[in-house]
Amino acid sequence: MDMKVAKKKLGLKEKYRALTRDLGWDTTYQTKDAVFPYVGYEGIKIHDWDKWEDPFRLTMDAYWKYQAEKERKFYAIIDAHAQNNGHLNLTDARYLSALKIFLQAISPGEYAAHKGFARAGREFPGVGTQVACQMQAIDEIRHAQTQIHAMSNYNRYYNGFHAFADTRDRIWYTSVARSFFDDAMSAGPFEFMIAIGFSFEYVLTNLLFVPFMSGAAYNGDMATVTFGFSAQSDEARHMTLGLECIKFMLEQDPDNLPIVQNWIDKWFWRGFRVLGLVSTMMDYMLPKRVMSWREAWDIYGVENGGALFKDLARYGIKPPKGWDDAEKAIDHMSHQFMLGLYQWSFGTAFHSWIPSEDDMNWLSAKYPDTFDKYYRPRWKHIKKLADAGTPFKNYGLAKLCQCCQLPTVFTEPDDPTLTCHRETVYKGQKYHFCSDGCQHVFENEPEKYVQAWLPMPQLFQEPINGDLGAWMEWVSLRDGKDNGDYAGSEDQQNFEAWRGLATTNQ
Amino acid sequence: MQIDLRTVAIQPQRQAFDHLVRRFGDKPASRYQEGSYDIQAAENLHYKPTWDPEQELYDAGITRIVMQDWYALKDPRQFYYSTYTLTRARQQETTEANFAFVESRGLADMLPDELRDVALKVLVPLRHAAWGANQHNTFICGYGYGTTFTQPCMYHAMDNLGIAQYLSRLGLLLGDTDALEAGKQAWLDNAAWQPLRRYVEDCLVLRDPFELFVAQNVALDGLLYPLVYERIVDEHLSVRGASSVAMLTQFMSDWFDETRKWVDAVLKVAAAESEHNRAVLQDWTRNWSARAASAMVPIAELALGAEADEAVGQQLAALTARIQKTGIPL
Repeated sequence: MDMKVAKKKLGLKEKYRALTRDLGWDTTYQTKDAVFPYVGYEGIKIHDWDKWEDPFRLTMDAYWKYQAEKERKFYAIIDAHAQNNGHLNLTDARYLSALKIFLQAISPGEYAAHKGFARAGREFPGVGTQVACQMQAIDEIRHAQTQIHAMSNYNRYYNGFHAFADTRDRIWYTSVARSFFDDAMSAGPFEFMIAIGFSFEYVLTNLLFVPFMSGAAYNGDMATVTFGFSAQSDEARHMTLGLECIKFMLEQDPDNLPIVQNWIDKWFWRGFRVLGLVSTMMDYMLPKRVMSWREAWDIYGVENGGALFKDLARYGIKPPKGWDDAEKAIDHMSHQFMLGLYQWSFGTAFHSWIPSEDDMNWLSAKYPDTFDKYYRPRWKHIKKLADAGTPFKNYGLAKLCQCCQLPTVFTEPDDPTLTCHRETVYKGQKYHFCSDGCQHVFENEPEKYVQAWLPMPQLFQEPINGDLGAWMEWVSLRDGKDNGDYAGSEDQQNFEAWRGLATTNQ
Repeated sequence: MQIDLRTVAIQPQRQAFDHLVRRFGDKPASRYQEGSYDIQAAENLHYKPTWDPEQELYDAGITRIVMQDWYALKDPRQFYYSTYTLTRARQQETTEANFAFVESRGLADMLPDELRDVALKVLVPLRHAAWGANQHNTFICGYGYGTTFTQPCMYHAMDNLGIAQYLSRLGLLLGDTDALEAGKQAWLDNAAWQPLRRYVEDCLVLRDPFELFVAQNVALDGLLYPLVYERIVDEHLSVRGASSVAMLTQFMSDWFDETRKWVDAVLKVAAAESEHNRAVLQDWTRNWSARAASAMVPIAELALGAEADEAVGQQLAALTARIQKTGIPL
């Protein structure tokens, strides 16, 4: 009788290796350069892809199993939410402005990340890296879809959601987020990983997701909070991937350091500008606020980010160049933003409003050094105009920053009374910027940023030719419904009437 | 008699998102529609890719196939992330049970040596071919145009990875780590595997997403799956007493039956679009399936010996008939 030979026991790590790493091979019928044509031109040197440490070890069978469980729960809850008119549990329909911005500007970013990670999942020559990127690619389409599905029921009852696929490509403020993701996707695979995998997912995601999802929980938005919980374990994987990626690049060759540092500087500042929208949501748009933007920055920016860059210091990485300017902007940005949104609210597919006396008292408690001094007087003036029946509207066009695409509404880092403007002349053309950070990004890659599609000049071209009504039609904005002040809006009237139906016997 | 629970009735303001109303009329949209149509940015893209400034960030022009509306290439399974993962989660439960059954009853050890040898020789190197398929579908998802066409390719890529992992586990169960090493050696050096490896590597440099779809999902899979999992595993091996192998590859058989419906639907719509598309598809399907067939002959020989030629010929005829049914004359 044959003796049974005991099989070699594989440890978890070796087993995962056999099930992933070992699947690849060095091609011989085609050269490596032909198979991976984009991996060299950014100048990042990788000597040994085998040194890649898998940030998580998840085989497909386990992935399907865990993700399916989460999917079942998620859809059960949002179905119940829709069936039971869960939207009437919101603190107030003002809250929906935050969701509308999210669906128009951030969910399309999830989709862009899906495509970008699919590309990265093919273009990197290391199997371990590829598999991790592919898993993120499929996760990101999940996030885009669950967000659309979670907000679909709000679209049935409230304005501002219905045209997200049109506003994504055409309205002015979504080009802030989309230019960010387009920028990352038009970069090479390594820069893409620093942009999305590291800067966005690792450094900045907590500033976006934690306040956003907590805001949803505080304001009775069961649908969004469920999405947030469901996405959390995916995000944890994405964060470890982002961190592994940067460490891998830095460990492979010392020449990679200046390239990576430059990308960190750039993407920190790009991300910080996109997150400006979150500051406004936290300080102004949540009827029941979680914490101020300043408090969130202190925890998730200063504390967490500080620890991260301390950890990366051993590779020679310094905190991002714009860090100090960011710190100086924290106590101002949400107010400057909301003032901007209010004056241009005729052109937004969400509502803004004048903060109430209570709101302003909260703001002055949270921003003792800035709110009463610089911003309360402006709101008071705006309130006076509104009360007199002559609300303040700025029908002049905002000057947009060529890089981040936000209106240049920010002030000098060291002088909150002076609007910050920068200009660069490149090949005879003048370009405008909101900050030193954005100007530096441009000057490092002018050939890229001169291509930027700017929504304001578009107004004077076909098919709009300067006609505001034609522009509204082109961006699918329904005047008097989607835009303007929340006070007196259809959303406000409907919400109050429906809530009355649900909570009283009148 | 049914008594409806009373709820507060509120009149919705609209039924669906604007872009879905434009496509499907003013009625509630399905979750597949919401999660698939027009969710890729289409206009006013900001920058040209630095990796290829000739291209747009999303570029319908990098393939020879021309579609007026790429969203016409819909998935008849209507897979979006949720329905996809729920389907595969059920299948992996069955697969897990099958592996456990074979393992717990020692069925692997009861396999006659020569059949185990054939199973290992044919199936284990295929994990590398499945990895190649993963690369190609990841590429199509990354660079293809329109979510209805590209999202199933991401799911397909993850399926390809899952299949590569199941084949690896099969190798470990029927053999050992040595079996995986031997399989890789064969993939790299053994003459029988070189035509297939060359096919896969040539596909790795194809950068027309639709041609890659034809080369991998239509031509190669269309021959390889029926040949390996029906003809060799289900017929040849099972008849001779190795039905436990078929238990370990049930996922692959079921998967092929399911996914070919999607693949055929894509071909059919693309071919029906224009004479130009039909001609391109005819050219591609003819060339790639002929190449795939000749690559499969030496592999089929490992199991079927002298019958290999005929077996491949039969599968090629079946594939030709299948492609013709999609409206591509061959």
